[in-house]
Amino acid sequence: MTQAAAFLPLLTVVVVLALLHRPLGDYMARTFTGTKDLRMERGFYRVLGVVPASLQSWRSYLTAVLSFSVVGVLLVYVLQRTQAVLPYSLGLPAVPEGLAFNTAVSFVTNTNWQSYSPEVTLGYAVQMAALAVQNFVSAAVGLAVAIAFVRGLAARRNAALGNFWVDLTRSLWRILLPGAVIAALVLLAGGVIQNFAGFTTVTTLTGAGQTLPGGPVASQEAIKLLGTNGGGFFNANSAHPFENPSPWTSVFQVILMLAIPFSLPRTFGTMIGQRRQGYAILGAMSAIFLLSTTAATLAELAGNGTAPQAAGAAMEGKEQRFGVVGSTLFGSASTLTSTGAVNSMHDSSTAIGGMLPMINMMLGEVAPGGVGSGLYGMLILAVVTVFISGLLVGRTPEYLGKKIGAREIKLASLYILTMPTLVLAGTALSFAVPALRTDIDSTSILNPGLHGLSEVLYAFTSAANNNGSAFAGLTANTPWLNTALGVVMLLGRFLPMVFVLALAGSFAIQDRVPATAGTVPTDRIQSVTLLVGVTVVVTALTFFPVLALGPLAEGTL
Amino acid sequence: MSSSRSTVRQLGTAVRALVVLTLVLGIGYPLAITGIGQLALNNRADGQPLILDGTAVGSAIIGQSFTDADGAAFPEWFQSRPSAAGNGYDGGASSGSNLGPENRDLVTAIEERRAAVAELEGVDPATVPADALTASASGLDPHISPAYAQLQVARVAAERGLEEGDVEALVEERTQGPDLGYLGEPTVNVVELNMALAQLDT
Repeated sequence: MTQAAAFLPLLTVVVVLALLHRPLGDYMARTFTGTKDLRMERGFYRVLGVVPASLQSWRSYLTAVLSFSVVGVLLVYVLQRTQAVLPYSLGLPAVPEGLAFNTAVSFVTNTNWQSYSPEVTLGYAVQMAALAVQNFVSAAVGLAVAIAFVRGLAARRNAALGNFWVDLTRSLWRILLPGAVIAALVLLAGGVIQNFAGFTTVTTLTGAGQTLPGGPVASQEAIKLLGTNGGGFFNANSAHPFENPSPWTSVFQVILMLAIPFSLPRTFGTMIGQRRQGYAILGAMSAIFLLSTTAATLAELAGNGTAPQAAGAAMEGKEQRFGVVGSTLFGSASTLTSTGAVNSMHDSSTAIGGMLPMINMMLGEVAPGGVGSGLYGMLILAVVTVFISGLLVGRTPEYLGKKIGAREIKLASLYILTMPTLVLAGTALSFAVPALRTDIDSTSILNPGLHGLSEVLYAFTSAANNNGSAFAGLTANTPWLNTALGVVMLLGRFLPMVFVLALAGSFAIQDRVPATAGTVPTDRIQSVTLLVGVTVVVTALTFFPVLALGPLAEGTL
Repeated sequence: MSSSRSTVRQLGTAVRALVVLTLVLGIGYPLAITGIGQLALNNRADGQPLILDGTAVGSAIIGQSFTDADGAAFPEWFQSRPSAAGNGYDGGASSGSNLGPENRDLVTAIEERRAAVAELEGVDPATVPADALTASASGLDPHISPAYAQLQVARVAAERGLEEGDVEALVEERTQGPDLGYLGEPTVNVVELNMALAQLDT
């Protein structure tokens, strides 16, 4: 394949998203601003005991988010612990405590980190009633928080951010469920399986035995991608032919991951009544997305490293039908969003090709990021960027007519600091505490040397950003990693949400001051460039030292 | 209303919401998709079983091993890629090797595979393509590159007493270009190709 032809799949994805983001973005804006409730929604509100017209302050909205998530963790935990008595569990026993905790947290936080191998751990009951449900609702929670933040920016002296239960309901009934049904039918037509057959054994052409899995896969696959979740029905995730049978289903899955996150800037622009501001956010997301995906593709096509050169191409851990290009496009989309699904094994990528997914996550997953979380992540960076440019030119920093005072910049800074703290502290503890280090070295790490550090760094980066992909050689089903990664996933999801909603509350009670000659514009090419610059520089300064110890050293020594 | 009472109320709402959502999204939705799949697309929903003489011998999209238990190739069959799923192509244990680009074990394995394939096919080691030397991501990859399939034609034809041209034709029939001409890589489905060989026998 020529170098130029290698970028045709990426171009296809860009064209589809360019056509999709306006109608979908406008539809989502209507969904969250409309005053009418569907009949079935009214029934749901009655069961919930919720009055849809009653609005919540940021504290009340946050309490609802946290209540819903706590109950979610408990339910997923209990379902795993009682697996042995649930129907369609394929004879599998209860999931052990540590692993059940890690998995419950993982799916509620939209991470879908999997310390386990699904084929030998989870039956259909837990996959459907616990995990698939969280695939829907964790995405809906992210979307709700993003919409609440946008309402805070749009409000004028009005503390109300909306009603979490209404936003949750509308996200599910009007966006995620219809989207998942359409996606599941397309995937079915593409050959993704959907049955309740369990494991069957066949005698192969050579007369040997082969075990073949079954399962309700297409229904789960659809929301796994549309909700930027990423947890595979099978261990091999989207590399498994039953999850992702062909090159076109793979590109379709890439589009599913990106569809909502890349449409949300339009929703944002429409809801604040300034579409250009939405385009500025979209522009910054797109620039990073295109740069990173291109770089990863070039790195893997170059195939540097001893093993790829010995084989003649970086095909270890890649499927023949996807090839190098179909693998890097998927891996980039998966780590630039919070999906974490894989159709190739990132642990076997070239040093630089494996570092780029890590950098994608270290950017805070904002290009375009997870469902909802990508938008609020990029908007926080926009606030920080305005603050910095305000300082540079000596003007009062304001974003969309909202003053960035001491309280606002503190909250934005806390948001920015949370993820790197979790990544670096988790990685450092794993190596600095002698007992943990022994366990990490002897049990967890698969690849020796520099690559082993990368495996642990990747795990904490993935957990803190709620991504869920892995350098999967790492054995994470140990007491330390199950616990530490579980805690990191929880804090990495909910601390930022606390800061985002608090910031939304503080913007909401402000009036919107009109733009004057002294206002730094945020919808110009220069401001988009500055936003990209701040996003990259914040990451570079924070993570360069540890990247130098891992993948950079491996790629250059 | 005090905030603790409000929290308790929200927790109650959360419980009720999750009960309803579990029924609708966790049971209703997958069952509805299963119903549609089984009625309208049941061959695909069941994983495209391959039937030879009335019995299932595998799936058209899940790779199989054409080696003995020790991994030595059966020379009368086209060979699949190396596999890290269980002991090779174990559909109950999909997995890649996860060996990194500088891992000595991987480098050694690649060198040994190159020598083994070159010897089996009687070709120059430099002509063995990358997919023949590397384990796939799933360990269940049903495909090989057209180059690797071509490399095996002479050996399979000789072992089976077939004309090389006839085996060559079977390979060409099963060589698939990229989707839409540009998505993915060209492939040959080894399981279907070997199935065609098996059907010649019967």
